[in-house]
Amino acid sequence: MPRTLTINGQEISARSDQTILEAAREANIHIPTLCHLDGLTDVGACRMCLVEVSGSSKLLPACTTRVQEGMEVRTETERLRAYRRQIIELLFAERNHVCAVCVANGNCELQDAAIAVGMDHVRYDYLFPKLGLDLSHERFGMDHNRCILCTRCVRACDQLEGAHTIDVMGRGARSLIIHDMNVPWGEATTCTSCGKCVMACPTGALFKQGSTVAEMVRDADKLAFLRAARDRKVWNV
Amino acid sequence: MTQRIVIDPVTRIEGHAKISIYLDDAGEVSDARFHVVEFRGFEKFCEGRPLGEMAGITARVCGICPVSHLLASAKTGDDIFAVTIPPAAEKLRRLMNLGQIVQSHALSFFHLSSPDLLLGYDSDPAQRNIFGLIARHPDLARGGIRLRQFGQEVIELLGGRKIHPAWAVPGGVREPLTAENRDYLRSRLPEAFDTVKQALGFFKRYADEHAEEVEHFGNFPTLFMGLVSKDGGRWEHYDGWLRITDSEGHVLVDGFDPRRYAEILGEAVEPWSYLKSPYYKPLGYPDGAYRVGPLARLNVCSGIGTPQADAELAEFRQRGNAHGIVTSSFMYHYARLVEILAALERITLLLDDPDILSTRIRASGGINKLHGVGVSEAPRGTLFHDYEVDERGMVRRMNMIIATGQNNIAMNRTVKQIAQHWIHGATAGIPEGLLNRVEAGIRAFDPCLSCSTHAIGQMPMIVTLIGSDGTVLAEVKRG
Repeated sequence: MPRTLTINGQEISARSDQTILEAAREANIHIPTLCHLDGLTDVGACRMCLVEVSGSSKLLPACTTRVQEGMEVRTETERLRAYRRQIIELLFAERNHVCAVCVANGNCELQDAAIAVGMDHVRYDYLFPKLGLDLSHERFGMDHNRCILCTRCVRACDQLEGAHTIDVMGRGARSLIIHDMNVPWGEATTCTSCGKCVMACPTGALFKQGSTVAEMVRDADKLAFLRAARDRKVWNV
Repeated sequence: MTQRIVIDPVTRIEGHAKISIYLDDAGEVSDARFHVVEFRGFEKFCEGRPLGEMAGITARVCGICPVSHLLASAKTGDDIFAVTIPPAAEKLRRLMNLGQIVQSHALSFFHLSSPDLLLGYDSDPAQRNIFGLIARHPDLARGGIRLRQFGQEVIELLGGRKIHPAWAVPGGVREPLTAENRDYLRSRLPEAFDTVKQALGFFKRYADEHAEEVEHFGNFPTLFMGLVSKDGGRWEHYDGWLRITDSEGHVLVDGFDPRRYAEILGEAVEPWSYLKSPYYKPLGYPDGAYRVGPLARLNVCSGIGTPQADAELAEFRQRGNAHGIVTSSFMYHYARLVEILAALERITLLLDDPDILSTRIRASGGINKLHGVGVSEAPRGTLFHDYEVDERGMVRRMNMIIATGQNNIAMNRTVKQIAQHWIHGATAGIPEGLLNRVEAGIRAFDPCLSCSTHAIGQMPMIVTLIGSDGTVLAEVKRG
């Protein structure tokens, strides 16, 4: 059943099972995201895709809100722009992001987002948490200093690989990505070393061992390809 | 009543420093000190980070000579990987280091020091900088700026950027050289040769006419240390054995693996400076003072190995003492120009080497040793990186011995010698031009105190005369 709605005054039609984000992308309307990754279910965690919807006093995440008939959506308002910049600044203040010496420099969605929102400085005090680095896995490393808790790695491991090695412990800003029951990654018996989590990571938090500055190049599209191929049963197995 | 004169900050050097000149009751110089007033902490915050990141992080020590740290760090990684890197990777690393020697020495000579030489120590400080030089000697200034640009282009065409290229990595380098870029660099060489020869001609005339500076700008016997090639003891900038000679040409250390540096070099700490003072252990501190950098490299090597630079080296040594050793720190400028010429000749040879375009440039390896040392010659002297890592490649301890630090004792002596020679009876004040000579003594070493640079000399210099009771007797500001 098709729905008709407007985004930024532009009339578009969408299927009833589509989210605002999906409908907007089909209509070539850009809505910024961080925790969304094609091929994975959405969780609405990062709040970068918040949009204004007429009749709703709350801002709604475009990635988890389904379209409705007659919906009037606005994606670019002063209020939204201010919130997006604030979100990015808080992410930078929350952990230790040092782009200049990061393996993902030049290939990082957080860095791109900071540029897109015009973050020329951070208005909040940096927390400088003392966070560790897990190099126990033979092929991959995890640097919690660069993690934005988007949980894309958690979902890739669960939904695409089916291993569910990765999860989250703790609450709020103190949350941490863990492997199995919080063991060093190299000791996680459920890990298949497939590397999908590394492909899914938007920042330099997950990387190939031995990576040097700005050397991590990811191909997250492969994950969407895997998901689509599986859904359409393109392989005869 | 004793007095203290403070020059703060010292301008046209890379970093932050100040000079204190202590006067006795008669207004004569009793002592002088060169203080480095900045603290960086790299050795501490690298702890707990992976080995792979070290080249990128330590390169940030400096914006002038990031390549030196990049190479020393990558070599430390090679040592920890326990790999021999592909031959082309070594040639490419050498090419980049030569590019850096050209750009760094050109910066030191043309941008930072030639205003003193060409415009005069006593000239108007507002004009005594690269802009004043452009106004008065546009051709030489342009040539110098373009010479530095050439060195920067070597770095950029290999590493993707002029400053802080994360290109050399444990095991080799990340990107090869393309034929197009090689041809471009070749096309730039003739002009670079012309510029350095012009500067050499100028400097030799200047040295002939300014014997007083040559005689009193840090002219004293010390040891000299540098890398020399493993075969023949020739001038070396990337790999080789350590050689230490004294001012009479005696060889104290030769054929020494620089990775064993800790056996012969100690580091003393003075409470008035953040810069440590390395010394040659067998002679103790401070008698074991040694100098590194262009002057030392030319003093310790048996020859350079390329015809034009060897001819200049012969002339350079004629200006030394009876043993052919050049002991005046003023001659660092001269040595820098000879090294630019040597670097250009070696760049020519490397660009003609068909192997330079090879794409087999990176050996893979893992953590095969838990301790590694990487040593190379930075423009300012021998640079040591020393890491201990755990089985996963996490850095547990780091030690870096920076070239400039090794000249610390000599720089202090230089400041004192210049102050004692030019400053007399200074009870109420001293002319700015004399203080500039003191600063210029430091500039001769081209100290690289941090990645920041105040290259155009716009920072004000504050000179304060302080009596023994702490009262300010006079204050002069300039800039």
